[in-house]
Amino acid sequence: MKKLSLWSVLCVAMIAWSSSAFSDTIKVGVLHSLSGTMAISETTLKDTVLMMIEEQNKAGGLLGKQLEAVVVDPASDWPLFAEKMRELIEVHKVDVIFGCWTSVSRKSVLPVVEELNGLLFYPVQYEGEESSKNVFYTGAAPNQQAIPAVDYLMDGGVERWVLAGTDYVYPRTTNKILEAYLKLKGVDEKDIMINYTPFGHSDWQTIVSDIKQFGSAGKKTAVVSTINGDANVPFYKELGNQGMSAEDIPVVAFSVGEEELSGIDTAPLVGHLAAWNYFQNAESEENDKFIEAWQAFIGNEDRVTNDPMEATYIGFKMWAQAVTTAGTTEVDKVRPAMYGLEIPNLTGGTAVMNTNHHLSKPVLIGEIQDDGQFEIVWSTDGEVKGDAWTDYLPESALIVSDWADPAINCGNYNTETKKCSGQNY
Amino acid sequence: MERPFIITIKMLSKFTLILLLSSLLTGFSLAEEINNDAEMSFSELVASLTTKKFDQKAIIIKKIRQTEHQRSLTILSKLLDGKVYYKKDDKLVVIADIENKKATITNASTGEPLGEIAKKKLKKVGINNKLRRTLNLSIAQLSLADTDATVRKSAAVEMFKNMDDETSIILKQRLTVEKNKHVISALQTAISINQLNSPIHEEKIESIKALSDSLYPEVRVALKDLEKKLSSKTQTPKSQELLHAIDASLKKIESSVGIYKQIENIFFGISLGSVLLLIAVGLAITFGVMGVINMAHGEMLMLGAYTTYIIQLLLPNHIEYSILISIPTAFVFTGLVGIGIERGVIRFLYGRPLETLLATFGISLILQQAVRTLISPQNRAVSTPDWMSGSLEINPALSLTYNRLYIIIFALIVLAGLMLLLNKSKFGLQVRAVTQNRSMAKAMGIRTDWVDAFTFGLGSGIAGIAGVALSQLTNVGPNLGQAYIIDSFMVVVFGGVGNLWGTLFGAMTLGIANKYLEPFTGAVLAKIVVLVIIILFIQKRPRGMFALKGRSADN
Amino acid sequence: MEKSLIQRLLLSDTGSKVLTVVVVFFAFVVPALNLLTPVDSVLHISTYTVTLLGKYLCYALLALSVDLVWGYLGILSLGHGAFFALGGYAMGMYLMRQIGDRGVYGNPLLPDFMVFLNWDSLPWYWFGFDHFSMALLMMLVAPGLLAFVFGWLAFRSRVTGVYLSIMTQAMTYALMLTFFQNDFGFGGNNGLTDFKEILGFNLQDNTTRCALFFASAMALLAGYALCKYIAQSRLGSLVMAIRDSESRVRFMGYRDEHIKLFIFVVSALLAGVAGALYVPQVGIINPSEFAPLRSIELVIWVAIGGRGTLYGAVLGAFVVNYAKSFFTAWAPEAWLFILGSMFVFVTVFMPKGLVGLYNQISTRNTKNKSIKQSQANIEKS
Repeated sequence: MKKLSLWSVLCVAMIAWSSSAFSDTIKVGVLHSLSGTMAISETTLKDTVLMMIEEQNKAGGLLGKQLEAVVVDPASDWPLFAEKMRELIEVHKVDVIFGCWTSVSRKSVLPVVEELNGLLFYPVQYEGEESSKNVFYTGAAPNQQAIPAVDYLMDGGVERWVLAGTDYVYPRTTNKILEAYLKLKGVDEKDIMINYTPFGHSDWQTIVSDIKQFGSAGKKTAVVSTINGDANVPFYKELGNQGMSAEDIPVVAFSVGEEELSGIDTAPLVGHLAAWNYFQNAESEENDKFIEAWQAFIGNEDRVTNDPMEATYIGFKMWAQAVTTAGTTEVDKVRPAMYGLEIPNLTGGTAVMNTNHHLSKPVLIGEIQDDGQFEIVWSTDGEVKGDAWTDYLPESALIVSDWADPAINCGNYNTETKKCSGQNY
Repeated sequence: MERPFIITIKMLSKFTLILLLSSLLTGFSLAEEINNDAEMSFSELVASLTTKKFDQKAIIIKKIRQTEHQRSLTILSKLLDGKVYYKKDDKLVVIADIENKKATITNASTGEPLGEIAKKKLKKVGINNKLRRTLNLSIAQLSLADTDATVRKSAAVEMFKNMDDETSIILKQRLTVEKNKHVISALQTAISINQLNSPIHEEKIESIKALSDSLYPEVRVALKDLEKKLSSKTQTPKSQELLHAIDASLKKIESSVGIYKQIENIFFGISLGSVLLLIAVGLAITFGVMGVINMAHGEMLMLGAYTTYIIQLLLPNHIEYSILISIPTAFVFTGLVGIGIERGVIRFLYGRPLETLLATFGISLILQQAVRTLISPQNRAVSTPDWMSGSLEINPALSLTYNRLYIIIFALIVLAGLMLLLNKSKFGLQVRAVTQNRSMAKAMGIRTDWVDAFTFGLGSGIAGIAGVALSQLTNVGPNLGQAYIIDSFMVVVFGGVGNLWGTLFGAMTLGIANKYLEPFTGAVLAKIVVLVIIILFIQKRPRGMFALKGRSADN
Repeated sequence: MEKSLIQRLLLSDTGSKVLTVVVVFFAFVVPALNLLTPVDSVLHISTYTVTLLGKYLCYALLALSVDLVWGYLGILSLGHGAFFALGGYAMGMYLMRQIGDRGVYGNPLLPDFMVFLNWDSLPWYWFGFDHFSMALLMMLVAPGLLAFVFGWLAFRSRVTGVYLSIMTQAMTYALMLTFFQNDFGFGGNNGLTDFKEILGFNLQDNTTRCALFFASAMALLAGYALCKYIAQSRLGSLVMAIRDSESRVRFMGYRDEHIKLFIFVVSALLAGVAGALYVPQVGIINPSEFAPLRSIELVIWVAIGGRGTLYGAVLGAFVVNYAKSFFTAWAPEAWLFILGSMFVFVTVFMPKGLVGLYNQISTRNTKNKSIKQSQANIEKS
């Protein structure tokens, strides 16, 4: 019978906990993995949100209330993301959530956040093909990263392409879009090599050797890398050691930023490229302030900033402004207040939130320097509007997303059938 | 006075209304831009490197090369290394050596030392890939007469991509004085590549034949280009003859390239095998010899890798030796951690092998999170010493990377040392005695608990030095251990528990099998196929390749 | 007195009694309190709690299946996550087909990820999954067949002990890598998600959730009864004999590999059912369920609860998972320290798990009591 009493204690604790009373703060949920494989990238974003909250509180909070962070650890476990999302909204009654990194974690929480009408800010570049009523995507869509990068290389005379990626949905989608785009630009099928590797792939000898051979056919060759996280270090090390320099075969990466470089010896990588919407090296007053605040907050003068941090920054600033405009944290009132909001981004221009829940941001291309920073070598003239549904794939080209137009009011509107599909509400 | 003027131009150019005017003004501004014909002195050229435009810099670089000034080579190579800066206040171009936010600077055009300055006051002269190519070519042209033969050779090879008659003449001149045979052959190849475009038929044939011995990829490209050009035109007997010659040369080249490709693949397999050997050999002790299902083995690898990181942090100026210092340090450190784990946890679990799995799994979670908390959840940068980076070029078609070469050698040394220790030393004898019959060993006066502790410490210590090697190949981060734990178990089980020869055999077989499958199946399927092979193999030999025989092997 | 079957299986000892009472109590009370009480009432149980407990019930069933092979048969399987995941995928495929044309691209036949990867028709192994009966069948056949083939190979050639454990690990690892591949037709890393309804009932509806919760509780009880039935039968005695001395059983003329194979397959079926119930409740199935570390974790639940008792496994699954849910929110930066230390502590100091600890304390109490009693008796006399 002892066990029974233990059970009942647990039960009571859980019930009491789940009905925790309303307090007079605005609660901000933080749903980033602090352990497991994704902790490497996601802990930084947790700290970024905490810093933004601290700053906002110093400036007097929001609507006269203080902000309170509710941090949970979904531990890089995808079903746990959904559970924790429900916990944040239902138990902790948070008003907004900043979180997720991988696509699968976002897919996992999506039904929950839609069911409970929560508000999620997703700060990472991703494959697009999505626009949920309850999610604002502040990272880059493929047309804000991949396509400009390819354009840049094409201008530099690249004719032969290696699309190398980790085998999951983001690289698959990006490569598919790029393949369609390259063919549209007249690149022959023989001049495109596509290669997929598993997560955390560490033995790149054969693949790098193959790329080298592919690149020695006389035409200028470049590698477009959608290789994810952990696999990058051994990949770049192998590139360096096999003597594949950036002058011969440049690699442009979409998942390698300052943070990732801080874990690599960059000397052999100088000249390889990355495409992002933000680089720490960008010259603007906001950026200097941001970097200073970040390094002070984290207590480390050498700590770098990166693109997903800027995306978190923009998302947080926009949310705070939308709450102020709406005068409430209620999702249904904050959401419309988001549209058209303009926030100075850290690279000098302004970021605008569009009605498809994606941002307009500039696209920058940087070359890796030996100090682990990027030298910005190219940028788009103005801001590029994030495209939820790519124009380069036949089945997505028909779909548009607009949450403000009353005639559409959908993230998934098929312009041909005039129907809206795939929505959960 | 110039600055506001430029700003006006920029602003004006935004107003497209005044297109005409603005084009007029840019016309003016061209006057201060550098064009190919401008006559400029060396110091003027260096001073103009402060421009932000990359195409301008390219022209300046070419001109600096053409001056053949005694400092041209220095400046261009420093520019390539990213050591050319300019002072923010007076725009003086300097060469800077930066250390700890301070820079020791010298005047770029005169070489006069200018003392120390804060790094903040300097701005880098940025370069991009296009400029790097220009720089490499310019440096190559300037260093054809270098005193070092390897520099001369790589300068000649650099020329392959940009051959024209003018360069060909320079190279021919060089050929008359050159003594080194490697450099001579490279120069001849370069000249032959240029001769492919010669108007004289015989010269063409001659150069095609001469090139059939060359394995440089540029040669293949040049030959294929010529082949394409010829076959698109109407065929004449002469062009037929050329095509045949090209075909023969290409065939010859490709067959030898194919052989080298095979050798390269075997090397890849052996190198993957030796990585597997290194990561598994520690486990072969803790798991194979002691029977502890050590799930914390991966974390021992991780601790070893972090030791390298810490050593480099403590000795930032001795990166060259850091690896050598790390090996004993990591061995001692992880060995001590291992002894701690054995004394604290595992000694309570002897006789319950499956439960060691659970306890060590708990330990592995704790160690991972400890690293996240104490050091950082992010990956750490471990630099590679110069002697371990780059590759040993055997010929243009085959080069072996140094880090892999050293790791192969290192793995074999570790294995040999371990075998010696276990088979020839008193400690080894005691270890074998304890594992074969604990109570009998105890009765013979062996302090079994100490032997256990030191054996576990030995296994962990070896995992630690494997971690040092891994730090040269992959991420140093909290997840490092998890990435390798399963592979190391597969190797030990496949080879046969309790036998180091088995571990060697297992590691090499799996490594080479993986690399031979990869070209056909891709990296993912290769791994899956190898796993299925292991599962099926174990059905045939339920105790691995080299099974222990006798009564002790029964349970 | 002749006992009824239910009495014999579910109420034979204290542990079983407590388990049965608690699970039945939960099965009725939790849905009732979730559906019938107003949201702001003190008695209300939130949907979060219902899904959480539902998930734990599935884990408990999975832990039972591990205990059956480990605690009774003595095989430490480090690959039971694979059977769980296969059951989950079978259910996931059915749920995927139920989405119909409500997917992102509105394709009535193909799931979104297939539209996206340019598949023009459904691969053959997806046929039939629009019927629930197919899902029911496959959630048993897929894990059962895998267990049968693997077990048949392994037990026939007498792969035992650590070798067998590592091979099960290799099996689940190979499956994980396979399912991660996008070309394989199971959605790659993203897995199967965005489910809408099951048997026509909306999955986001609280009633459906409570029904699934109830079904999980019943499945757990049924699974428990089945394991108990096997354990109490003649076969059960043989199973435990194999655990204690396999060669002796063989020499007595029994075909030990057949018995092992049977139990292994039954256990895989239970795991498959657990997976199938798990997927509609958490809303996603993805290859990380195959991860070898997850399978090790399940073994730890059983070890913590106390192996070889069945109810111990159920208790372990609840305790570890509740601890995980609680600490990941309460101490997000330090929960791995707590969990890790718990694993070490339990294995070193409580070899029989929580159940063993309880028995230790209660026998000590009774011992103390009986000593006092006898002392009193002596004094009396």
